[in-house]
Amino acid sequence: MSARTIGGKWMGWQGRLGRQPALMFGATILIAFVLIALLAPYVSPYDPILQNAEVRLQAPSWAHPFGTDNFGRDVLSRVIWGVRIDLQIAILGVIFPFIIGTLVGTVAGFFGGIVDTLFMRLVDIILAFPFLVLVLSIIAILGPGLGSFYIAMALVGWVSYARLIRAQVLVLKSSDYAVAAVSLGFSRTRIMFRHLLPNAIAGSVVFSMSDAVLVLLNGAAISYLGLGVQPPIAEWGIMVAEGQPFITTAWWITLFPGLSIVMLAFGFSMFGDALGDALGVKE
Amino acid sequence: MHRYKFVLYRPIQFLPVLFGISVVTFVLVRFIPGDPARVLLGARATPTAIANIRRQYGLDEPMWLQYFYFLKNLLNGEMGKSILYKIDVLKLILTRIEPTLVLVLASVVLSVLIAVPMAALAARNHGRFADHAVRVISTAGIGFPPFWLGLMLIILFSVNLGLLPVSGYGETLGAKVAHLVLPSLTIALSLSTVLTRSLRAAMVEGLRSDVATAARARGMPERVVFWRHVVPNSMVPTINLLAVNIGWLIGGTVVIESVFAIPGIGQLLVRAIFSRDYMVVQGVAMVLACATVLINLIADIVTVAADPRVKL
Repeated sequence: MSARTIGGKWMGWQGRLGRQPALMFGATILIAFVLIALLAPYVSPYDPILQNAEVRLQAPSWAHPFGTDNFGRDVLSRVIWGVRIDLQIAILGVIFPFIIGTLVGTVAGFFGGIVDTLFMRLVDIILAFPFLVLVLSIIAILGPGLGSFYIAMALVGWVSYARLIRAQVLVLKSSDYAVAAVSLGFSRTRIMFRHLLPNAIAGSVVFSMSDAVLVLLNGAAISYLGLGVQPPIAEWGIMVAEGQPFITTAWWITLFPGLSIVMLAFGFSMFGDALGDALGVKE
Repeated sequence: MHRYKFVLYRPIQFLPVLFGISVVTFVLVRFIPGDPARVLLGARATPTAIANIRRQYGLDEPMWLQYFYFLKNLLNGEMGKSILYKIDVLKLILTRIEPTLVLVLASVVLSVLIAVPMAALAARNHGRFADHAVRVISTAGIGFPPFWLGLMLIILFSVNLGLLPVSGYGETLGAKVAHLVLPSLTIALSLSTVLTRSLRAAMVEGLRSDVATAARARGMPERVVFWRHVVPNSMVPTINLLAVNIGWLIGGTVVIESVFAIPGIGQLLVRAIFSRDYMVVQGVAMVLACATVLINLIADIVTVAADPRVKL
Protein backbone atom coordinates (compact mmCIF):
# COMPACT_ATOMS: atom_id res chain seq x y z
CA MET A 1 0.00 0.00 0.00
CA SER A 2 1.35 3.41 -0.83
CA ALA A 3 1.90 5.73 2.08
CA ARG A 4 -0.39 8.36 0.65
CA THR A 5 -3.55 6.27 0.76
CA ILE A 6 -3.41 5.88 4.51
CA GLY A 7 -4.24 9.54 4.99
CA GLY A 8 -2.97 12.82 6.35
CA LYS A 9 -0.75 11.54 9.08
CA TRP A 10 1.34 9.35 6.82
CA MET A 11 1.45 11.67 3.85
CA GLY A 12 4.91 12.28 2.39
CA TRP A 13 6.79 15.28 3.71
CA GLN A 14 6.26 17.13 0.44
CA GLY A 15 2.53 16.89 0.96
CA ARG A 16 2.76 18.07 4.54
CA LEU A 17 4.94 21.04 3.66
CA GLY A 18 2.53 22.07 0.92
CA ARG A 19 -0.20 22.39 3.54
CA GLN A 20 1.87 24.73 5.69
CA PRO A 21 1.70 28.16 4.07
CA ALA A 22 3.47 29.81 7.03
CA LEU A 23 6.31 27.30 6.77
CA MET A 24 6.66 27.88 3.04
CA PHE A 25 6.52 31.66 3.57
CA GLY A 26 9.25 31.59 6.22
CA ALA A 27 11.35 29.23 4.14
CA THR A 28 10.98 31.49 1.09
CA ILE A 29 12.28 34.50 3.03
CA LEU A 30 15.24 32.52 4.34
CA ILE A 31 16.09 31.05 0.94
CA ALA A 32 15.88 34.52 -0.61
CA PHE A 33 18.41 35.82 1.92
CA VAL A 34 20.73 32.86 1.30
CA LEU A 35 20.56 33.54 -2.45
CA ILE A 36 21.31 37.25 -1.95
CA ALA A 37 24.29 36.30 0.23
CA LEU A 38 25.63 33.90 -2.39
CA LEU A 39 25.03 36.25 -5.30
CA ALA A 40 26.12 39.47 -3.54
CA PRO A 41 28.97 40.21 -5.99
CA TYR A 42 26.55 39.94 -8.93
CA VAL A 43 23.44 41.67 -7.58
CA SER A 44 24.99 44.60 -5.72
CA PRO A 45 25.19 47.62 -8.02
CA TYR A 46 28.31 49.19 -6.41
CA ASP A 47 31.35 48.27 -4.34
CA PRO A 48 30.15 48.22 -0.70
CA ILE A 49 33.28 49.85 0.77
CA LEU A 50 34.41 52.10 -2.05
CA GLN A 51 34.13 55.73 -0.98
CA ASN A 52 33.00 58.39 -3.41
CA ALA A 53 33.09 61.96 -2.10
CA GLU A 54 31.04 63.26 -5.03
CA VAL A 55 27.86 61.46 -3.96
CA ARG A 56 27.89 61.96 -0.19
CA LEU A 57 24.56 61.74 1.71
CA GLN A 58 22.36 61.51 -1.38
CA ALA A 59 18.70 60.71 -0.86
CA PRO A 60 17.25 57.55 -2.48
CA SER A 61 17.11 57.88 -6.28
CA TRP A 62 17.18 55.62 -9.36
CA ALA A 63 20.98 55.61 -9.29
CA HIS A 64 21.05 54.80 -5.55
CA PRO A 65 17.70 53.22 -4.54
CA PHE A 66 18.61 53.26 -0.81
CA GLY A 67 20.62 56.49 -1.02
CA THR A 68 24.28 56.96 -0.09
CA ASP A 69 26.06 57.40 3.25
CA ASN A 70 28.44 60.09 4.46
CA PHE A 71 31.35 58.45 2.63
CA GLY A 72 29.35 58.31 -0.60
CA ARG A 73 28.98 54.54 -0.36
CA ASP A 74 25.85 53.00 -1.89
CA VAL A 75 23.54 51.91 0.97
CA LEU A 76 21.78 49.22 -1.15
CA SER A 77 25.12 47.57 -1.98
CA ARG A 78 26.13 47.68 1.67
CA VAL A 79 22.81 46.17 2.73
CA ILE A 80 23.28 43.37 0.15
CA TRP A 81 26.83 42.59 1.28
CA GLY A 82 25.65 42.85 4.86
CA VAL A 83 23.43 39.79 4.29
CA ARG A 84 26.61 37.69 4.18
CA ILE A 85 27.80 38.82 7.59
CA ASP A 86 24.46 38.96 9.39
CA LEU A 87 23.30 35.60 8.06
CA GLN A 88 26.63 34.18 9.16
CA ILE A 89 26.12 35.71 12.63
CA ALA A 90 22.66 34.13 12.94
CA ILE A 91 23.87 30.71 11.74
CA LEU A 92 27.28 30.38 13.42
CA GLY A 93 26.00 32.06 16.57
CA VAL A 94 23.44 29.25 16.86
CA ILE A 95 25.39 26.24 15.57
CA PHE A 96 28.19 26.27 18.17
CA PRO A 97 25.85 26.58 21.18
CA PHE A 98 23.54 23.99 19.58
CA ILE A 99 26.31 21.39 19.27
CA ILE A 100 27.80 22.00 22.71
CA GLY A 101 24.40 22.17 24.41
CA THR A 102 23.19 19.01 22.68
CA LEU A 103 26.27 17.04 23.75
CA VAL A 104 26.13 18.29 27.35
CA GLY A 105 22.37 17.81 27.61
CA THR A 106 22.48 14.27 26.25
CA VAL A 107 25.35 13.19 28.50
CA ALA A 108 23.90 14.89 31.60
CA GLY A 109 20.43 13.47 31.03
CA PHE A 110 21.66 9.97 30.23
CA PHE A 111 24.17 9.52 33.01
CA GLY A 112 22.39 11.55 35.70
CA GLY A 113 24.04 11.61 39.13
CA ILE A 114 27.06 13.80 39.78
CA VAL A 115 27.67 14.64 36.08
CA ASP A 116 24.11 15.87 35.74
CA THR A 117 24.22 17.84 39.01
CA LEU A 118 27.49 19.58 38.10
CA PHE A 119 26.36 20.57 34.62
CA MET A 120 22.96 21.75 35.75
CA ARG A 121 24.45 23.91 38.54
CA LEU A 122 26.72 25.46 35.91
CA VAL A 123 23.63 26.10 33.78
CA ASP A 124 21.91 27.80 36.75
CA ILE A 125 24.92 30.05 37.32
CA ILE A 126 25.24 31.08 33.67
CA LEU A 127 21.50 31.75 33.48
CA ALA A 128 21.77 34.01 36.53
CA PHE A 129 23.73 36.48 34.41
CA PRO A 130 21.84 38.72 32.01
CA PHE A 131 22.73 37.08 28.69
CA LEU A 132 24.08 40.16 26.91
CA VAL A 133 26.02 41.32 29.97
CA LEU A 134 27.91 38.03 30.20
CA VAL A 135 28.54 38.00 26.43
CA LEU A 136 29.84 41.60 26.62
CA SER A 137 32.07 40.76 29.60
CA ILE A 138 33.64 37.86 27.68
CA ILE A 139 34.16 40.12 24.66
CA ALA A 140 35.78 42.62 27.02
CA ILE A 141 38.34 39.98 27.99
CA LEU A 142 38.93 38.63 24.46
CA GLY A 143 38.89 42.01 22.72
CA PRO A 144 36.29 43.30 20.24
CA GLY A 145 35.61 41.36 17.04
CA LEU A 146 33.36 38.80 15.41
CA GLY A 147 35.57 35.89 16.55
CA SER A 148 35.17 36.96 20.18
CA PHE A 149 31.42 37.18 19.65
CA TYR A 150 31.23 33.58 18.41
CA ILE A 151 33.38 32.34 21.30
CA ALA A 152 31.22 34.25 23.79
CA MET A 153 28.04 32.84 22.19
CA ALA A 154 29.43 29.31 22.41
CA LEU A 155 30.39 29.79 26.07
CA VAL A 156 27.03 31.24 27.09
CA GLY A 157 24.41 30.09 24.57
CA TRP A 158 24.71 26.33 25.06
CA VAL A 159 22.79 26.37 28.34
CA SER A 160 19.32 26.64 26.75
CA TYR A 161 20.01 23.70 24.43
CA ALA A 162 21.47 21.62 27.25
CA ARG A 163 18.33 22.15 29.33
CA LEU A 164 15.98 21.31 26.48
CA ILE A 165 17.80 18.14 25.41
CA ARG A 166 18.39 16.97 28.98
CA ALA A 167 14.68 17.21 29.80
CA GLN A 168 13.82 15.14 26.70
CA VAL A 169 16.52 12.53 27.32
CA LEU A 170 15.37 12.12 30.93
CA VAL A 171 11.91 11.15 29.67
CA LEU A 172 13.09 9.05 26.73
CA LYS A 173 15.70 6.96 28.54
CA SER A 174 13.02 5.02 30.38
CA SER A 175 11.01 4.41 27.20
CA ASP A 176 10.54 0.86 25.90
CA TYR A 177 12.87 1.18 22.94
CA ALA A 178 15.67 2.58 25.10
CA VAL A 179 15.27 -0.25 27.60
CA ALA A 180 15.23 -2.69 24.67
CA ALA A 181 18.44 -1.19 23.31
CA VAL A 182 20.08 -1.61 26.72
CA SER A 183 19.00 -5.25 26.95
CA LEU A 184 20.39 -5.86 23.44
CA GLY A 185 23.75 -4.89 24.88
CA PHE A 186 24.28 -1.78 22.77
CA SER A 187 26.99 0.57 23.97
CA ARG A 188 26.03 3.67 25.92
CA THR A 189 27.38 5.91 23.16
CA ARG A 190 25.23 4.13 20.59
CA ILE A 191 22.10 4.37 22.74
CA MET A 192 22.72 8.03 23.51
CA PHE A 193 23.45 9.26 20.02
CA ARG A 194 21.66 6.75 17.77
CA HIS A 195 18.51 6.07 19.79
CA LEU A 196 17.81 8.89 22.26
CA LEU A 197 19.22 11.98 20.56
CA PRO A 198 17.31 11.72 17.25
CA ASN A 199 14.06 11.55 19.20
CA ALA A 200 14.98 14.29 21.63
CA ILE A 201 16.22 16.87 19.16
CA ALA A 202 13.01 18.21 17.56
CA GLY A 203 12.36 20.75 20.32
CA SER A 204 15.90 22.11 20.06
CA VAL A 205 15.67 22.47 16.29
CA VAL A 206 12.49 24.53 16.66
CA PHE A 207 14.05 26.56 19.48
CA SER A 208 17.16 27.21 17.37
CA MET A 209 15.01 29.22 14.94
CA SER A 210 13.78 31.66 17.59
CA ASP A 211 17.29 31.59 19.04
CA ALA A 212 18.62 32.66 15.62
CA VAL A 213 16.46 35.78 15.90
CA LEU A 214 17.92 36.67 19.29
CA VAL A 215 21.47 35.89 18.18
CA LEU A 216 21.01 38.08 15.10
CA LEU A 217 19.67 40.94 17.23
CA ASN A 218 22.47 40.54 19.78
CA GLY A 219 25.16 40.25 17.11
CA ALA A 220 23.90 43.35 15.35
CA ALA A 221 23.60 45.18 18.69
CA ILE A 222 27.18 44.29 19.64
CA SER A 223 28.41 45.52 16.26
CA TYR A 224 26.28 48.64 16.72
CA LEU A 225 28.09 49.25 20.03
CA GLY A 226 31.39 48.89 18.15
CA LEU A 227 32.41 45.63 19.84
CA GLY A 228 31.67 43.17 17.01
CA VAL A 229 32.28 43.47 13.29
CA GLN A 230 34.67 46.34 12.63
CA PRO A 231 34.42 49.02 9.91
CA PRO A 232 34.63 49.32 6.95
CA ILE A 233 32.96 45.89 6.59
CA ALA A 234 29.30 46.22 5.61
CA GLU A 235 27.21 44.82 8.46
CA TRP A 236 23.72 46.01 9.36
CA GLY A 237 24.44 46.84 13.02
CA ILE A 238 27.48 48.96 12.15
CA MET A 239 25.56 50.64 9.35
CA VAL A 240 22.88 51.75 11.83
CA ALA A 241 25.61 53.11 14.13
CA GLU A 242 27.30 54.92 11.24
CA GLY A 243 24.00 56.47 10.20
CA GLN A 244 23.05 57.64 13.71
CA PRO A 245 24.88 61.02 13.56
CA PHE A 246 22.89 61.80 10.41
CA ILE A 247 19.39 60.70 11.43
CA THR A 248 18.07 64.26 11.36
CA THR A 249 19.06 64.76 7.72
CA ALA A 250 19.83 61.37 6.11
CA TRP A 251 17.36 58.87 7.58
CA TRP A 252 17.95 56.33 4.77
CA ILE A 253 21.39 55.32 6.11
CA THR A 254 19.79 53.88 9.30
CA LEU A 255 16.37 52.86 7.98
CA PHE A 256 17.33 50.22 5.40
CA PRO A 257 19.85 48.11 7.35
CA GLY A 258 17.37 48.01 10.25
CA LEU A 259 14.55 46.90 7.97
CA SER A 260 16.82 44.12 6.66
CA ILE A 261 17.34 42.83 10.20
CA VAL A 262 13.56 42.91 10.73
CA MET A 263 12.96 40.94 7.50
CA LEU A 264 15.58 38.27 8.19
CA ALA A 265 14.37 37.90 11.79
CA PHE A 266 10.78 37.62 10.56
CA GLY A 267 11.83 34.80 8.21
CA PHE A 268 13.40 32.87 11.09
CA SER A 269 10.39 33.52 13.37
CA MET A 270 7.80 32.44 10.81
CA PHE A 271 9.79 29.36 9.84
CA GLY A 272 10.41 28.40 13.48
CA ASP A 273 6.77 28.90 14.54
CA ALA A 274 5.44 26.89 11.60
CA LEU A 275 8.05 24.18 12.10
CA GLY A 276 6.98 23.93 15.73
CA ASP A 277 3.35 23.50 14.66
CA ALA A 278 4.29 20.94 11.99
CA LEU A 279 6.41 18.86 14.37
CA GLY A 280 3.93 19.25 17.22
CA VAL A 281 6.47 20.96 19.45
CA LYS A 282 5.13 23.32 22.09
CA GLU A 283 7.23 26.23 23.25
CA MET B 1 6.21 22.77 51.69
CA HIS B 2 4.33 25.35 53.66
CA ARG B 3 3.96 28.80 52.14
CA TYR B 4 5.79 30.73 54.89
CA LYS B 5 8.54 28.16 54.99
CA PHE B 6 8.99 28.65 51.26
CA VAL B 7 9.49 32.39 51.70
CA LEU B 8 12.26 31.64 54.19
CA TYR B 9 13.89 28.77 52.30
CA ARG B 10 13.84 30.17 48.79
CA PRO B 11 16.58 32.77 49.42
CA ILE B 12 18.83 30.05 50.86
CA GLN B 13 18.45 28.05 47.66
CA PHE B 14 19.88 31.01 45.78
CA LEU B 15 23.09 31.09 47.83
CA PRO B 16 24.94 28.53 45.66
CA VAL B 17 24.05 30.60 42.59
CA LEU B 18 25.47 33.76 44.20
CA PHE B 19 28.60 31.77 45.03
CA GLY B 20 28.74 30.64 41.38
CA ILE B 21 28.40 34.22 40.16
CA SER B 22 31.42 35.23 42.24
CA VAL B 23 33.45 32.33 40.81
CA VAL B 24 32.53 33.19 37.20
CA THR B 25 33.38 36.88 37.58
CA PHE B 26 36.63 35.93 39.33
CA VAL B 27 37.57 33.55 36.53
CA LEU B 28 36.64 36.15 33.87
CA VAL B 29 39.24 38.66 34.97
CA ARG B 30 41.89 35.99 35.63
CA PHE B 31 41.56 34.94 31.98
CA ILE B 32 42.85 38.26 30.67
CA PRO B 33 46.10 37.50 28.89
CA GLY B 34 49.18 38.97 30.56
CA ASP B 35 50.03 40.02 34.11
CA PRO B 36 46.69 40.78 35.83
CA ALA B 37 48.21 43.49 38.03
CA ARG B 38 49.66 45.31 35.04
CA VAL B 39 46.43 44.93 33.06
CA LEU B 40 44.25 46.10 35.95
CA LEU B 41 46.38 49.19 36.47
CA GLY B 42 46.65 50.07 32.79
CA ALA B 43 48.84 53.12 32.17
CA ARG B 44 49.29 53.72 35.91
CA ALA B 45 51.30 50.53 36.37
CA THR B 46 54.11 51.90 38.54
CA PRO B 47 56.17 49.29 40.43
CA THR B 48 54.64 50.37 43.79
CA ALA B 49 51.09 50.20 42.43
CA ILE B 50 51.75 46.73 40.98
CA ALA B 51 53.16 45.58 44.31
CA ASN B 52 50.06 46.93 46.09
CA ILE B 53 47.64 45.16 43.75
CA ARG B 54 49.67 41.95 44.05
CA ARG B 55 49.40 42.12 47.81
CA GLN B 56 45.69 43.03 47.84
CA TYR B 57 44.67 40.17 45.55
CA GLY B 58 47.47 37.79 46.50
CA LEU B 59 48.43 37.34 42.87
CA ASP B 60 51.52 35.28 43.72
CA GLU B 61 49.46 32.87 45.83
CA PRO B 62 47.73 29.73 44.55
CA MET B 63 44.45 30.24 42.66
CA TRP B 64 42.13 29.10 45.47
CA LEU B 65 43.78 31.54 47.88
CA GLN B 66 43.43 34.33 45.31
CA TYR B 67 39.75 33.54 45.11
CA PHE B 68 39.54 33.65 48.89
CA TYR B 69 41.07 37.15 48.93
CA PHE B 70 38.70 38.18 46.14
CA LEU B 71 35.72 36.94 48.15
CA LYS B 72 36.97 38.62 51.31
CA ASN B 73 37.34 41.95 49.49
CA LEU B 74 33.90 41.46 47.98
CA LEU B 75 32.22 40.87 51.35
CA ASN B 76 33.80 44.11 52.55
CA GLY B 77 32.16 45.84 49.59
CA GLU B 78 35.48 46.26 47.78
CA MET B 79 35.36 45.52 44.08
CA GLY B 80 38.58 47.31 43.25
CA LYS B 81 39.12 50.73 41.75
CA SER B 82 38.17 52.01 38.34
CA ILE B 83 41.21 52.88 36.21
CA LEU B 84 39.31 55.51 34.29
CA TYR B 85 37.31 57.22 37.06
CA LYS B 86 39.81 56.50 39.87
CA ILE B 87 37.12 55.70 42.45
CA ASP B 88 35.78 52.51 44.01
CA VAL B 89 33.79 50.42 41.53
CA LEU B 90 30.86 49.97 43.89
CA LYS B 91 30.62 53.73 44.49
CA LEU B 92 30.82 54.33 40.76
CA ILE B 93 28.00 51.88 40.12
CA LEU B 94 25.85 53.48 42.81
CA THR B 95 26.20 56.92 41.20
CA ARG B 96 24.96 55.45 37.91
CA ILE B 97 22.17 53.24 39.21
CA GLU B 98 19.29 55.74 39.19
CA PRO B 99 18.70 56.11 35.42
CA THR B 100 19.02 52.36 34.87
CA LEU B 101 16.59 51.52 37.65
CA VAL B 102 14.01 54.04 36.47
CA LEU B 103 14.43 52.89 32.87
CA VAL B 104 13.85 49.23 33.75
CA LEU B 105 10.82 50.00 35.93
CA ALA B 106 9.24 52.34 33.39
CA SER B 107 9.80 49.79 30.61
CA VAL B 108 8.11 47.03 32.58
CA VAL B 109 5.09 49.20 33.40
CA LEU B 110 4.77 50.47 29.82
CA SER B 111 5.13 47.00 28.32
CA VAL B 112 2.34 45.67 30.53
CA LEU B 113 0.18 48.65 29.50
CA ILE B 114 0.81 47.77 25.84
CA ALA B 115 0.60 43.98 26.14
CA VAL B 116 -2.61 43.65 28.19
CA PRO B 117 -4.93 45.45 25.71
CA MET B 118 -3.25 43.72 22.73
CA ALA B 119 -3.58 40.28 24.29
CA ALA B 120 -7.16 41.04 25.40
CA LEU B 121 -8.09 42.08 21.87
CA ALA B 122 -6.61 38.87 20.45
CA ALA B 123 -8.02 36.52 23.08
CA ARG B 124 -11.56 37.95 22.92
CA ASN B 125 -11.50 37.57 19.13
CA HIS B 126 -9.85 34.16 19.20
CA GLY B 127 -9.33 32.79 15.68
CA ARG B 128 -10.68 35.93 14.04
CA PHE B 129 -8.95 38.74 12.17
CA ALA B 130 -7.86 40.74 15.23
CA ASP B 131 -6.26 37.61 16.69
CA HIS B 132 -4.26 36.91 13.54
CA ALA B 133 -3.27 40.56 13.24
CA VAL B 134 -1.94 40.62 16.81
CA ARG B 135 -0.07 37.36 16.20
CA VAL B 136 1.62 38.69 13.07
CA ILE B 137 2.48 42.00 14.76
CA SER B 138 3.98 40.30 17.80
CA THR B 139 5.89 37.76 15.67
CA ALA B 140 7.34 40.50 13.48
CA GLY B 141 7.93 42.73 16.52
CA ILE B 142 10.28 40.21 18.14
CA GLY B 143 12.67 40.81 15.25
CA PHE B 144 12.85 44.60 15.66
CA PRO B 145 16.36 45.44 16.89
CA PRO B 146 15.78 47.74 19.90
CA PHE B 147 18.76 49.98 19.05
CA TRP B 148 17.27 50.64 15.61
CA LEU B 149 13.71 50.98 16.86
CA GLY B 150 14.96 53.63 19.29
CA LEU B 151 16.49 55.62 16.43
CA MET B 152 13.27 55.35 14.42
CA LEU B 153 11.32 56.71 17.42
CA ILE B 154 13.83 59.57 17.66
CA ILE B 155 13.20 60.39 14.00
CA LEU B 156 9.44 60.31 14.53
CA PHE B 157 8.99 62.02 17.92
CA SER B 158 12.07 64.19 18.29
CA VAL B 159 13.05 65.16 14.76
CA ASN B 160 9.71 65.31 12.95
CA LEU B 161 7.32 66.18 15.76
CA GLY B 162 9.83 67.93 18.00
CA LEU B 163 8.07 66.57 21.09
CA LEU B 164 10.88 64.94 23.04
CA PRO B 165 14.63 65.38 23.56
CA VAL B 166 16.90 63.35 21.24
CA SER B 167 19.26 61.94 23.88
CA GLY B 168 20.94 62.46 27.24
CA TYR B 169 19.57 62.71 30.76
CA GLY B 170 18.27 65.80 32.57
CA GLU B 171 19.02 67.43 35.90
CA THR B 172 15.49 68.25 37.06
CA LEU B 173 12.73 65.70 37.54
CA GLY B 174 10.75 66.99 34.56
CA ALA B 175 13.77 66.84 32.27
CA LYS B 176 14.63 63.33 33.45
CA VAL B 177 11.12 62.09 32.71
CA ALA B 178 11.18 63.70 29.26
CA HIS B 179 14.53 62.07 28.50
CA LEU B 180 13.37 58.63 29.59
CA VAL B 181 10.09 58.49 27.62
CA LEU B 182 11.57 57.33 24.31
CA PRO B 183 14.15 54.89 25.75
CA SER B 184 11.57 53.18 27.95
CA LEU B 185 9.03 53.13 25.12
CA THR B 186 11.67 51.44 22.92
CA ILE B 187 12.37 48.69 25.45
CA ALA B 188 8.66 48.36 26.29
CA LEU B 189 7.69 47.83 22.64
CA SER B 190 10.28 45.05 22.32
CA LEU B 191 9.33 43.41 25.59
CA SER B 192 5.60 43.66 24.93
CA THR B 193 5.84 41.38 21.87
CA VAL B 194 6.93 38.47 24.07
CA LEU B 195 4.46 39.42 26.80
CA THR B 196 1.54 39.68 24.38
CA ARG B 197 2.09 36.18 23.02
CA SER B 198 2.10 34.47 26.38
CA LEU B 199 -0.64 36.67 27.87
CA ARG B 200 -2.87 35.88 24.90
CA ALA B 201 -2.31 32.15 25.41
CA ALA B 202 -3.11 32.48 29.13
CA MET B 203 -6.27 34.51 28.39
CA VAL B 204 -7.51 32.08 25.72
CA GLU B 205 -7.09 29.28 28.23
CA GLY B 206 -8.77 31.37 30.91
CA LEU B 207 -11.83 32.01 28.74
CA ARG B 208 -12.27 28.24 28.41
CA SER B 209 -11.72 27.56 32.11
CA ASP B 210 -14.32 26.34 34.61
CA VAL B 211 -14.09 29.68 36.39
CA ALA B 212 -15.25 31.51 33.27
CA THR B 213 -17.97 28.96 32.50
CA ALA B 214 -19.28 29.18 36.06
CA ALA B 215 -19.30 32.98 35.90
CA ARG B 216 -21.23 32.89 32.61
CA ALA B 217 -23.69 30.41 34.12
CA ARG B 218 -24.40 32.93 36.87
CA GLY B 219 -25.47 35.34 34.14
CA MET B 220 -22.38 37.52 34.23
CA PRO B 221 -21.84 39.51 31.03
CA GLU B 222 -18.87 38.36 28.92
CA ARG B 223 -17.03 41.64 29.46
CA VAL B 224 -17.16 41.26 33.24
CA VAL B 225 -16.19 37.57 33.04
CA PHE B 226 -13.15 38.59 31.05
CA TRP B 227 -11.90 41.53 33.06
CA ARG B 228 -12.80 40.24 36.54
CA HIS B 229 -11.96 36.54 36.20
CA VAL B 230 -9.80 35.86 33.20
CA VAL B 231 -7.40 38.83 33.27
CA PRO B 232 -6.39 38.61 36.97
CA ASN B 233 -5.69 34.90 36.61
CA SER B 234 -3.49 35.47 33.58
CA MET B 235 -1.37 38.03 35.43
CA VAL B 236 0.49 35.44 37.52
CA PRO B 237 2.18 33.73 34.54
CA THR B 238 2.98 37.24 33.33
CA ILE B 239 4.90 38.05 36.51
CA ASN B 240 6.90 34.88 35.99
CA LEU B 241 7.51 35.71 32.37
CA LEU B 242 8.75 39.18 33.32
CA ALA B 243 11.13 37.58 35.81
CA VAL B 244 12.39 35.09 33.22
CA ASN B 245 12.96 37.96 30.80
CA ILE B 246 14.63 40.26 33.31
CA GLY B 247 18.07 39.24 32.06
CA TRP B 248 17.00 40.08 28.53
CA LEU B 249 15.51 43.35 29.78
CA ILE B 250 18.76 44.35 31.49
CA GLY B 251 20.70 43.44 28.33
CA GLY B 252 18.34 45.63 26.33
CA THR B 253 18.90 48.49 28.77
CA VAL B 254 22.66 48.25 28.27
CA VAL B 255 22.22 48.80 24.54
CA ILE B 256 19.47 51.43 24.80
CA GLU B 257 21.46 53.52 27.28
CA SER B 258 24.19 53.71 24.65
CA VAL B 259 21.69 54.65 21.91
CA PHE B 260 20.20 57.50 23.94
CA ALA B 261 23.42 58.46 25.80
CA ILE B 262 21.87 57.85 29.22
CA PRO B 263 24.50 57.83 31.97
CA GLY B 264 23.41 54.53 33.55
CA ILE B 265 25.11 51.25 34.40
CA GLY B 266 24.79 49.94 30.84
CA GLN B 267 26.65 52.84 29.33
CA LEU B 268 29.22 52.49 32.11
CA LEU B 269 29.75 48.84 31.12
CA VAL B 270 30.16 49.58 27.41
CA ARG B 271 32.63 52.43 28.06
CA ALA B 272 34.54 50.25 30.53
CA ILE B 273 34.93 47.58 27.85
CA PHE B 274 36.38 50.13 25.44
CA SER B 275 38.78 51.57 28.00
CA ARG B 276 39.76 48.11 29.31
CA ASP B 277 38.56 49.10 32.78
CA TYR B 278 38.29 45.45 33.84
CA MET B 279 37.39 46.07 37.47
CA VAL B 280 34.34 48.03 36.33
CA VAL B 281 33.35 45.28 33.85
CA GLN B 282 33.66 42.71 36.63
CA GLY B 283 31.74 44.85 39.12
CA VAL B 284 28.89 45.67 36.73
CA ALA B 285 28.54 42.03 35.63
CA MET B 286 28.35 40.97 39.26
CA VAL B 287 25.87 43.63 40.33
CA LEU B 288 23.58 42.96 37.35
CA ALA B 289 23.72 39.20 37.92
CA CYS B 290 22.84 39.65 41.58
CA ALA B 291 19.99 41.97 40.59
CA THR B 292 18.68 39.30 38.21
CA VAL B 293 18.79 36.68 40.95
CA LEU B 294 17.09 39.02 43.41
CA ILE B 295 14.27 39.87 40.99
CA ASN B 296 13.67 36.18 40.26
CA LEU B 297 13.53 35.54 43.99
CA ILE B 298 10.97 38.32 44.46
CA ALA B 299 8.91 36.99 41.53
CA ASP B 300 8.90 33.50 43.05
CA ILE B 301 7.65 34.85 46.36
CA VAL B 302 5.06 37.13 44.75
CA THR B 303 3.75 34.22 42.69
CA VAL B 304 3.28 32.11 45.77
CA ALA B 305 1.69 34.96 47.70
CA ALA B 306 -0.61 36.04 44.86
CA ASP B 307 -1.86 32.69 43.61
CA PRO B 308 -3.15 30.10 46.07
CA ARG B 309 -3.27 27.54 43.23
CA VAL B 310 0.51 27.38 42.94
CA LYS B 311 1.74 24.05 44.25
CA LEU B 312 5.03 24.06 46.09
